[in-house]
Amino acid sequence: MDYSQFKFLGLPMLAWIPLFPLLGALVNLTLGRRLGKTAAHTVAIAAVVASFGMSAWLVFGELWKAYKAGAGGTGIEQVVYTWIEVGQLKIELAFHLDTLSGVMILIITGIGSLIHIYSTGYMAHDPRYSTFFGYLNLFTGAMLILVLGSSLPVMFIGWEGVGLCSYLLIGFWYEREDYATAGRKAFIVNRIGDFCFLLGMFLLFWATKTLDFGQLKQASVGAAYVQPFWGGERLAAAAAIFLFIGACGKSAQLPLFVWLPDAMAGPTPVSALIHAATMVTAGVYMVCRLAFLYSASTTAMIVVCTIGMLTALVAAFMAFAQTDLKKVLAYSTVSQLGFMFVAAGTGNWTAAIFHLMTHAFFKACLFLGAGSVMHGMEHGGSTTPGDIMTMGGLRKHMPITWITFLISCLAIAGIFPFSGFFSKDEILGGAYSIVGSAAPPGWPAWYGYVLWGGLLVAALGTAFYMWRLYFLVWHGPERSEAAKHAHESPPSMTMPLVILALGATLTGFLGLPHLSWLKLPSWWPSLSSWLAPSTVQTWYNPGVDGPAQPLLGHSSDNTILILMVVALGIGLLGIGLAWVFYGAPGKPSGTVERLVDGPLHGAYEASKAKLWFDEVYDFLIVRPFRLVARALFEIVDRFIIDTIAVNGSAMVVGLFGRVSRWFQNGQVQRYLAGLVLGAAAVFLVADCKTKPTFDYEMVGDRLHLTARPGAGLVSATTKLRWDIDGDGKADVDPNTGAVYDTPDLYVLYGDTGAKVTLFIDDPVTRTTKTVTRLIELEDK
Amino acid sequence: MPGNFVLPLIIGLPLLGAIFVMCTPKTESTLHRGIGMTFTVLTFLVSLLVLRFFNPKADGYQLVFDVEWIPGLGAHFKTGIDGISIFLVLLTTFLMPVTLLGTGKAIEKHVREFIAAMLVLEAGMLGAFVALDVFLFYVFWEVMLIPMYLLIGIWGGQRRLYASIKFVIYTMVGSLLMLVAIFYLYVQYGSVTGTYTTELDKLMELSLPYGAQNWCFAAFALAFAIKVPLFPLHTWLPDAHVEAPTAGSVILAGVLLKFGIYGFLRYAMPLFPHGAATWAPVIAILAVIGIIYGAFVAFAQDDVKKLVAYSSVSHLGFCALGIFALTAYGVSGSIYAMLSHGLTTSGLFLGIGVLYERRHTRRLAEYGGLWKQMPIFAGIYLIVTMGSAGLPALSGFVGEFLTIFGTFNAGDTFPAAAPNFIPYPRLLGALAATGVIFGAIYLLYMFQKVFFGKLDKAKNGNLPDLKGRELGAFIPLVLGIFLMGLFPRPLLTVMEPSVQKFLRDFGKRVGEPDGPAHLYGTLPPKEQAKANAQIQQNLDAAAARADQVGKAMGGAR
Repeated sequence: MDYSQFKFLGLPMLAWIPLFPLLGALVNLTLGRRLGKTAAHTVAIAAVVASFGMSAWLVFGELWKAYKAGAGGTGIEQVVYTWIEVGQLKIELAFHLDTLSGVMILIITGIGSLIHIYSTGYMAHDPRYSTFFGYLNLFTGAMLILVLGSSLPVMFIGWEGVGLCSYLLIGFWYEREDYATAGRKAFIVNRIGDFCFLLGMFLLFWATKTLDFGQLKQASVGAAYVQPFWGGERLAAAAAIFLFIGACGKSAQLPLFVWLPDAMAGPTPVSALIHAATMVTAGVYMVCRLAFLYSASTTAMIVVCTIGMLTALVAAFMAFAQTDLKKVLAYSTVSQLGFMFVAAGTGNWTAAIFHLMTHAFFKACLFLGAGSVMHGMEHGGSTTPGDIMTMGGLRKHMPITWITFLISCLAIAGIFPFSGFFSKDEILGGAYSIVGSAAPPGWPAWYGYVLWGGLLVAALGTAFYMWRLYFLVWHGPERSEAAKHAHESPPSMTMPLVILALGATLTGFLGLPHLSWLKLPSWWPSLSSWLAPSTVQTWYNPGVDGPAQPLLGHSSDNTILILMVVALGIGLLGIGLAWVFYGAPGKPSGTVERLVDGPLHGAYEASKAKLWFDEVYDFLIVRPFRLVARALFEIVDRFIIDTIAVNGSAMVVGLFGRVSRWFQNGQVQRYLAGLVLGAAAVFLVADCKTKPTFDYEMVGDRLHLTARPGAGLVSATTKLRWDIDGDGKADVDPNTGAVYDTPDLYVLYGDTGAKVTLFIDDPVTRTTKTVTRLIELEDK
Repeated sequence: MPGNFVLPLIIGLPLLGAIFVMCTPKTESTLHRGIGMTFTVLTFLVSLLVLRFFNPKADGYQLVFDVEWIPGLGAHFKTGIDGISIFLVLLTTFLMPVTLLGTGKAIEKHVREFIAAMLVLEAGMLGAFVALDVFLFYVFWEVMLIPMYLLIGIWGGQRRLYASIKFVIYTMVGSLLMLVAIFYLYVQYGSVTGTYTTELDKLMELSLPYGAQNWCFAAFALAFAIKVPLFPLHTWLPDAHVEAPTAGSVILAGVLLKFGIYGFLRYAMPLFPHGAATWAPVIAILAVIGIIYGAFVAFAQDDVKKLVAYSSVSHLGFCALGIFALTAYGVSGSIYAMLSHGLTTSGLFLGIGVLYERRHTRRLAEYGGLWKQMPIFAGIYLIVTMGSAGLPALSGFVGEFLTIFGTFNAGDTFPAAAPNFIPYPRLLGALAATGVIFGAIYLLYMFQKVFFGKLDKAKNGNLPDLKGRELGAFIPLVLGIFLMGLFPRPLLTVMEPSVQKFLRDFGKRVGEPDGPAHLYGTLPPKEQAKANAQIQQNLDAAAARADQVGKAMGGAR
């Protein structure tokens, strides 16, 4: 299909999706202060809702048609204009809507709309109301550019744009120095990732001469990925790992996750939208977008899923001892993103996006619920509204928030039939079955089990810490006055919660497991077949004969069922443990304290201190950086370059001036003495420098000799004689009988010997100098 | 040639303005400022005529104006522009009124002389950008030195004498060596052809022996490297910036520094291609050191102005690296980065001027929490800062991206006759790209120190936000930053033919063999035989190199 004329108001249809929120941002950021609150949020919400409407219309209209026609991967591609063009590099600002980006834009604009609405309640009393909505709009626009971009550079525009918004929104309450610092930290850590993203991009262009996803995907270009490069390693591995480090920055994976917990300094709707549902999933999206590249490199896949698993475990561990409501959720986000990367790293793209989607619902719901709780606590008079130790028993005061929170906790713990159960199960099942022909070339057969085991432990941890949180917030007695006086939030805040909770309940049914007896009706939406055209189905396996290897193993019904039961059991076990420690009547009990003070003390401290990551980075990177900067400035710049080299040379010049001032004193005797000494010095140098010699060259059959007796004292009255036959005596011209005494001499080559000597008689000093040279001609 | 009057006119207008302003009574400072504004705006408007006459598809010099100037010397008053200089000229004429508007009444003493100095400075800069005669270029190059010296020395801060003398001596050392090289070139050309001239086009036909090229390039390069400034020749810059009045800083960073890179592109590299090839590794490595070093040192500053001054060292490092990568991406990116730097750094310095006028301090520790007090200023400054940090969709990104990109691909897009001259291009590119991280570190640090945090210094409590006049200066800059970030292609396509021509000529001439001075392509038969062998050798080496890379990549290219 040609979509070049598929336009609205003269601009390509797809361009409007990000453009609506961007225009909203423009209005709010320039005129917002004058508009007043109602106008500000009306503009902002209208912009996002318009974008959502446009997205839904395009996805369920044109894209659906294309999907039915078998072109869901090609989708709709539209060029807005050419952004950069130099030489072979042509970067078009082009957008690409396929089934993958279709899912993403619906999540972003859909959940984005809800969070905009929620913010009208949550931020109602903030003096910078319109600025906040401006930033939210700006973020939405940038995020949409990120997912719709049809090439790496366009994606990078959005990639950096969301980073900027994240920076601004984390530091939204900039008057607190630590909040501003948290924003800066987020931006800089992200920039470290972006640096690697750039390198990956450059590497890809260097090898393939294109950065467009469509072209990079083509088989002819793909051949470049598996060429040996840097000592047998593959180009795909290098580029994919660089890009993945970029993803680690944006999606808060080890070792670059440290910014996300601090990012909770931002207003809670921001945490829900940016730091849970959308921006932090950009890395996962990018890996799935570049599925063709990752599937070409087993090394890169192993790196991706290993980092994912480790992050899932480490973050789950750190969440145990946190006492701040949002911090627990932040670590939980990091951990869940780890799950998604394991899915992406095992070629299970569908599961990665599936979990991304369900997570967007339940985590947004949890964050907004947390915001609602904090809002209520603040009204109750709390000064530390996020401290879960001061909560308890809130279910009586905030029933709607409670129910939605409960649903989301069930979903994240992976309890049937809530969405998290299905998506987590897909990831676990995928990891378990990545053996044999379903594994990429060179994949260790046992590694799938390691991933599966690791994720099971992480899932256990997830269920435990989330339900610890749940019991501490909602059950038991109120542990502070504020909790007693907390009250339910306004409808503008609870309405989005209800919708998100519905989503958290139902979205799981988009990805029912592939059981042979489960016969779904043909109209049943299935995410895996929807996404299939946009990702790749086979491992890139060049040089191996036979059909390409399929990505996903198909386990038997029994295996799938057993895996599901195990996963469900793990979730229930986690909840049970949390109930024992925190939920049972009269708890949190002394058991917890006894354990924490006793055998688990070390682990508790480690978890509470977040495994000292910040401290280690501070010691290894931040302080040395400051020190090096200081040292470079003080020692290299100020001292070595400026004091010694620059002012030093000025001083030397000054010194010369002072010395020569001593000569220039007007005494003629001194001038004369200087003159004589100087002249003598000149003669001496000139004479010493010029040693007498002569040159020779062949001209026809004659040898041309040119005397160079030298300048200076010697040359005034000297006489020359030549010995050309090498007998040590001066020779005469056989024709005229005269002595050879000209400085320029032509003699027949046959007359000369191997050696020629030049005598220089100096009548003044009555000495004779001789110069003897061997005649060596190349072609004698 | 139609429109050839434009270039002499834009040089003449500011000079006329300078004479005019000096004829007015000494006390009428409002009148002086008015005249200054009128003439700079007029110059800007006239300079827009360049766009009307310029053919963006052609690659040679256009709007050429040529009259014999000093017949005995063979010097011509010859001006013209091409894709490389056109936007630099426009940047200059654009920044002048913006600067005068933005600094407004900051200068209180000797206003008449100040305006005159600024106008002479403008004439000098424009002349140096459009000169196509080495001698004329040298004259303009020196002309702009004097008003800058006065700007720092008369209207500067506490240590203005030290800073101005340092600035002059530093620049002089470089330019005198350049003058020596110009003389040598002039004499050599005369002895080969029998006619003496200083016209750039003619001189470019001369091929000097390798040894002479290395020396001459070194002499030119020193002059330009000081101007850029390349590490370690940069220490005059922070001093000059800190002591200069805001207007001086803006023009110094916005335009004057560009002459370093421009000089390399227009004079040093085309005149002495072999010398450029010899020195390329040194300059490329110094540029990368400068990128990283400048960023580190900027972070260590407590003085905002010094911080921004060191950031220039870092940013101009990208430009220097880009041109020596000798790829279309690198060279175009380098020019683009210069233009963007002209806008963003001017904005940063104007902003510092705004702060300084209100608080009379440049110490970061004295500020904090200003967002609350000056929200409009904070928003504008954020855009400028982000533009400088290279955020995509703002101007800084395009140049940074293209220069690193060009370095990464060095040797790839060039004709085989001229292989890549910089060592480990991918490693250097990666190192340069770390500037992306470090740039964010020092710029955000500055931004946080000034605008975030509590408004806890009593003196900051009643600072007024931007006034109309200041907004009038900032808004064009901000618009420019956005437009250059969103629509770089129109500019890049105008540059492209000239950049390609530069690369083509360089590629052809760098293969020229060693030998006595001669006109390009004309050698005595015996020399020519040697020369051909040498060219063949160069070609073979390049092919072998390309082969080697190809094998390493397994034919993936």
